[in-house]
Amino acid sequence: MQAPSPAAVAPLTENPPLDLAALLADRGVSILVCTGAGGVGKTTTAAALGVHAAQTGRQVCVMTIDPARRLAQSLGLTELDNEPRTVRRAAQLADDASDGAGTGRLDAMMLDMKRTFDEFVLLHAPAERARTILDNPFYQALSTSFAGTQEYMAMEKLGQLHATTQADGTWDLLIVDTPPARSALDFLDAPRRLGSFLDSRLMRLLTTPAKLGGRAATRVLAAGVGAFGGALTRVLGSSLLADIAVFVTALDSVFGGFQQRAEATFSLLQQPSTRFLVIAAPERDPLREAGYFIERLQRDGMPLAGLVLNRVVRPEPAELSAEVSIAGAEHLEQSPAGPADGVDRLVGGLLRGHADLMRTRARQAAVTTLLTGAHPEVPVAEVPALAGDVHDLPGLRAVARALTATGGPSA
Amino acid sequence: MGPVSGPVIDLGTARLHVVTGKGGVGKSVVAGALALCLARGGRRVLLVELEGRQGIATLFDIEPLPYTEQHVATAAGGGEVIALAVDAEEALLDYLETFYNLRRAGAALRRIGAIDFATTVAPGLRDVLLTGKTCEAVRRRTEAGFDFDAVVLDAPPTGRITQVLNVNAEVAGLARVGPIRNQADSVMDVLTSPQTMVHLVTLLEEMPVVETAEAVVSLRAASLPTGAVIVNKVREDPLSTDDWARLAGVDPQAVATALLAARVVATPDRAHRFATSLLAEGGRAEQRAALAVQQRAAVSAIGLPVIELPLLTGGVELSGLYALARALAGQVLR
Repeated sequence: MQAPSPAAVAPLTENPPLDLAALLADRGVSILVCTGAGGVGKTTTAAALGVHAAQTGRQVCVMTIDPARRLAQSLGLTELDNEPRTVRRAAQLADDASDGAGTGRLDAMMLDMKRTFDEFVLLHAPAERARTILDNPFYQALSTSFAGTQEYMAMEKLGQLHATTQADGTWDLLIVDTPPARSALDFLDAPRRLGSFLDSRLMRLLTTPAKLGGRAATRVLAAGVGAFGGALTRVLGSSLLADIAVFVTALDSVFGGFQQRAEATFSLLQQPSTRFLVIAAPERDPLREAGYFIERLQRDGMPLAGLVLNRVVRPEPAELSAEVSIAGAEHLEQSPAGPADGVDRLVGGLLRGHADLMRTRARQAAVTTLLTGAHPEVPVAEVPALAGDVHDLPGLRAVARALTATGGPSA
Repeated sequence: MGPVSGPVIDLGTARLHVVTGKGGVGKSVVAGALALCLARGGRRVLLVELEGRQGIATLFDIEPLPYTEQHVATAAGGGEVIALAVDAEEALLDYLETFYNLRRAGAALRRIGAIDFATTVAPGLRDVLLTGKTCEAVRRRTEAGFDFDAVVLDAPPTGRITQVLNVNAEVAGLARVGPIRNQADSVMDVLTSPQTMVHLVTLLEEMPVVETAEAVVSLRAASLPTGAVIVNKVREDPLSTDDWARLAGVDPQAVATALLAARVVATPDRAHRFATSLLAEGGRAEQRAALAVQQRAAVSAIGLPVIELPLLTGGVELSGLYALARALAGQVLR
């Protein structure tokens, strides 16, 4: 792990620098949501931001979803247990004397979507009815594998943690790592999609006949909803329809308004105390995904703090071009009487390695500009590529230093 | 690329090639290159994209794909790559029409939310629909034999691949009997047969390699046949691991002298500064190379045939895709 060298290298973009240290110090911010495509270092970034915030005196809870095992271990999470655990008190976190050290705390939790859903049912339904729901095969499928359930439950858990925060001040900053999804937008859209399904006409149509019970239900259903009811029965099969009907009947009287609930947590994300960070790597596809998300946040009036660009290559000396490096390498490799120790050959290798980095850098700048050129007002934090993986607290501290280096006086 | 450990894989034994990998490893690029590689020498290959954001169109630099099979590229020796972006809703309407002659019920089903349910909310149904369409293409015959010599599926990431392919288990909670179950069974017949291979794309980095190893275990547990591990973005190092290590002992002054001799810089001051920076860069390169050696060992411990594809420093444009297809062709039988 190399510490980032101070800003001898110009940034990839001309966008304003994103000052993450100031963002984390802002007591007006109580929810920070990290989103982005898979594989861009979202979870590591969320964890490192949590480390920094706790080091500087905040009471932090990082909520992660499905982290890599060793990263989870670095946060002290050995299993899914759905309850926030204290990772470190500030005294153990700090590797140097930071402002506010001694008062901060870092907690972390891994989301267990089934358990969150079960608790949700148990909390809202009388015991007997809750049992009916929990035992229903359709509920079991819904709570473990339905598209949108993870996002819905992430929102639900966030709402719970936020309520705790409001009530007793257990935390003053929640950092959320969003679920891995085919699209970062799923975090915003999936809960409402699931909510609207659960509140849909389909579900209500299925409810009515179930009250008659048993096999008759399916027949009545088919008659009741006409031609497409017949289609449903033929396509889904009657036993699935019966399960759904029982489930919906049990659920309906308990909750009413999944959609409403999804809207409520959604509006939490529109408050000024929430900020979104879009995480990306300087490559085409993650940047395109980041672009979709930035546009969406702007359209929905959601507070975007900025873009975090991980894995930025910073070749040094930056003023030594790829072309001159290659020419130099060729010169050295062709020198007729190279020294016996082969320094020329090694330096040739260094120059070729440098040329590769310069070319990579040029491509990173080109693809990044496609996004930042379209959104010149979005602040950007650039994080240098690390030589290795992060799987312990010192590693997270190093990432935290790199994250908070942008925007300070050195930039 | 350098020599690669392990047996050489014969891709010709399978007709459905499923390509998965952790986010960010370049799975779609590899799927595109694999389709081009398999199409070499006059074959017809279908490249299927699921739930994508038009990744194939971006890759081949063409207009967004409609829900029809469409020619996207010509391979070396006159082969053809045909692409299809499978859309769950279209696949559902297809399915209703083929099996129930019910296409016209679509509008009514949409009105009550049944289409949404089947195509976005219920994962089992969604995956049966998407993989079902792929398996239909694998089986499709014309008078001359199979319609496609091979089908390449750009599949969901490693974290979800077993769940998505193991559609039987997925719909079990939803449908123990009935038409969905029958469709799931027929999809599983193709996916678990020797005509299928699941290839896993990784980088020489710890997290993707660990995830690959875990996916192989879960695929095997579900009786899904594994193919090769495809290591993407392998850096062509200008120096060997030993050479990187030797650099640690090199005097910066000697490097500065070489830089002056090679006319990289004109002044001794600048030469010295460049030398120090370049040696530091070399130190990071050595660390990366050492990690790559470790990860290469971890990849070969997975026990599958290994294919390595080079890092394209210019990014993957269409020409890069053909370069990767050639690199693949040089390392496989087909």
